Amino acid sequence: MSATTETNYHAGPDAVSKKKSRYRRVSKGRGNFELWSWVFMRASGVLLLVLVFGHLFVNLMLGEGIHGIDFAFVAGKWSSPFWQTWDMLMLWLAELHGFNGVRTIINDYTEKDRTRWILKGLLVASALLVMVLGTLVIFTFDPCLDPSSTLSVCAR
Amino acid sequence: MAQAANGTLYRGREGMWSWVAHRISGVLLFLFLFAHVLDTALVRVSPDAYNEVMEAYKNPIVGLGEAGLVAAVIFHALNGLRIIAVDFWAKGPKYQRQLFWAVVIGFVVLFAPFAIRHLTIVFTR
Ligand code: HEM
Ligand code: HEM
Repeated sequence: MSATTETNYHAGPDAVSKKKSRYRRVSKGRGNFELWSWVFMRASGVLLLVLVFGHLFVNLMLGEGIHGIDFAFVAGKWSSPFWQTWDMLMLWLAELHGFNGVRTIINDYTEKDRTRWILKGLLVASALLVMVLGTLVIFTFDPCLDPSSTLSVCAR
Repeated sequence: MAQAANGTLYRGREGMWSWVAHRISGVLLFLFLFAHVLDTALVRVSPDAYNEVMEAYKNPIVGLGEAGLVAAVIFHALNGLRIIAVDFWAKGPKYQRQLFWAVVIGFVVLFAPFAIRHLTIVFTR
């Protein structure tokens, strides 16, 4: 056995010559994270299809379409736990799905570690902002803020 | 390269272009969602603040932008289903080109009625 072609024949199929192979399957200790994120992209995608198409249909096709959107329209929807839950699920799934997708894209195109970490920092910060702010807005919303509201929950 | 385009799912042809379009539409949606959650948050500022911004959006330029956004959503969603079919359905890879055309047809079927309705509202008020 010469020093340059050292091969470990006892270490299973993944063990290849350290000096020769360009592909070293060295675990970075991230477990199955990438597998789960791959599964999540597909599962969340299917759910988002229903949630986002439903959102667009109700907001753009029914009633007066885009013209009907104002505070009273939002108040009508968010005075119902059904639409609050719908929007919360849509918010979280879309943000996490988009976060994960953009994370992959950053990994694909950045070459310098520094650039990569700066972009990922911005990505994490923006995702947290969107999820925290969006959730607070849905659940602290007061449909009766509008004095001319005709909603029954606002009757005094 | 030569004949390689026929030997792979990904280089050139439908497989690659749908991947590029999927990536661009995904990033576009992600950026839109950021702005969308911020402007929706105006409902917590005051009814007037929200109504003023919504009123400002009701013009043909934003209206066309909305149509473009919906086009991106429909393409990304249908092509996402195609990706899932290629991954999980045993015959998916074999029919991947047909699946691509199914995405194109589904896109037209969903987008045409929407565009007619939405643009009518936007341009005739
Ligand atoms: C032109 C198209 C769109 C219009 C006119 C629109 C309109 C609205 C309106 C009026 C609301 C307030 C609550 C409600 O109606 O449920 C809202 C909330 C929301 N929309 Fe949209 N939307 C559009 C596209 C989208 C798309 C494509 C997505 C997904 C990526 C989306 C995700 C959301 C989310 C997550 C919320 C909740 C925001 C929060 O938590 O504060 N919307 N949208
Ligand atoms: C409407 C239903 C949707 C479906 C069915 C769907 C499906 C998918 C699928 C299957 C992937 C592929 C992941 C992979 O190749 O590993 C993907 C990627 C992606 N999606 Fe979605 N998605 C949807 C909505 C969204 C929304 C609302 C956003 C933005 C907030 C988004 C942003 C992205 C991004 C950025 C990628 C990464 C693209 C890439 O790596 O090239 N998607 N989507």
